[in-house]
Amino acid sequence: MNILKLFISFLKIGAFSFGGGYAMLPLIQKELIDVHGWITTKEFIDILAVVEMTPGPVAINSATFLGYKVGGFLGSVAATVGVVLPSIVIILIIAHFLSKFKSSPYVSWAFTGIRPVVLGLITSASLTVAKDAIIDIKSFVLMAILFYLTSFKKLHPILVIVLAGVVGVFIY
Amino acid sequence: MELLFKLFWSFFKIGAFTIGGGYAMLPLIQREVVEENNWLTSDEFVDILAIAEVTPGPVAVNTSTYVGYKKAGLKGALICTLGTILPSFIIILLIVIFFWGYRGNPIIEKVFLGIRPAVSALIFSAVYKLGKTMKLNKTMIIGALLTIFSILFLDLSPIVIILISSISSIVYFKNKEKKI
Repeated sequence: MNILKLFISFLKIGAFSFGGGYAMLPLIQKELIDVHGWITTKEFIDILAVVEMTPGPVAINSATFLGYKVGGFLGSVAATVGVVLPSIVIILIIAHFLSKFKSSPYVSWAFTGIRPVVLGLITSASLTVAKDAIIDIKSFVLMAILFYLTSFKKLHPILVIVLAGVVGVFIY
Repeated sequence: MELLFKLFWSFFKIGAFTIGGGYAMLPLIQREVVEENNWLTSDEFVDILAIAEVTPGPVAVNTSTYVGYKKAGLKGALICTLGTILPSFIIILLIVIFFWGYRGNPIIEKVFLGIRPAVSALIFSAVYKLGKTMKLNKTMIIGALLTIFSILFLDLSPIVIILISSISSIVYFKNKEKKI
């Protein structure tokens, strides 16, 4: 029963994950933490860290990871299939009717409206994550420095996480 | 048969080396699909990126489904997509099965105390970069702020927000068109 719920949750997540992996974080939070209580926010952040460090699209990695946590191997299969199924179906339809799709003004109108929402979704995800990740001055300073390094010095995300892990051992 | 295997293998490589997600792997996809195998022309590749931007789901998955369908029909689409997701699936399963249990260890706990702010910084940085590339105007900023407010304070589902915003945007532009 949980497996079916997991599949449906990730089907929803996959169908509405516009604008790349991060935009679906609020939806994952809502489905897995708020509605079903399958994981805690702290676990969720730790999973995100692992997902950032491993190859593969964020959506697939999170689905496999969270699916396994909730329902073992079968859970990981259900979640991963669920998260990619909407993309597959939509792309197949588009590949079939490509020219019509590209010239439709309705499509570009809809996406003019969705773009700022994606930005808002990612911002709310970052605020929710920050609430649990920033526990004292040290973690705030660390966050600020790493934000600077990723945004302006183009430090690779894997390096950022490895660096932060090492710093964590020394300051805590 | 040989084509199917080649498709599978190309996308398996793409899946295995996509680190950090998103646009980091575009050069790799481009090399495999356009330059080495001529499965798509450069123009088609750009079209797919546009489609990937406006459809849900990871770019790698969207591209693999499209290329597979174009080269070998439904079977090709499924095989390419499987190739893309299999590396992630295997690696994540190995991590969760063998390493996740060590999380209770005090040193590992300290590592994660440092890593959590890093995750937070990475997401803030994604917001910053996205905002910069979007050429924000007043309407868009209001849209983004409304979204944040609805998520954090009204507890609205992201699905509802996406639907409302796309429908209202279509209605707005349709009316504008009528007036002209």
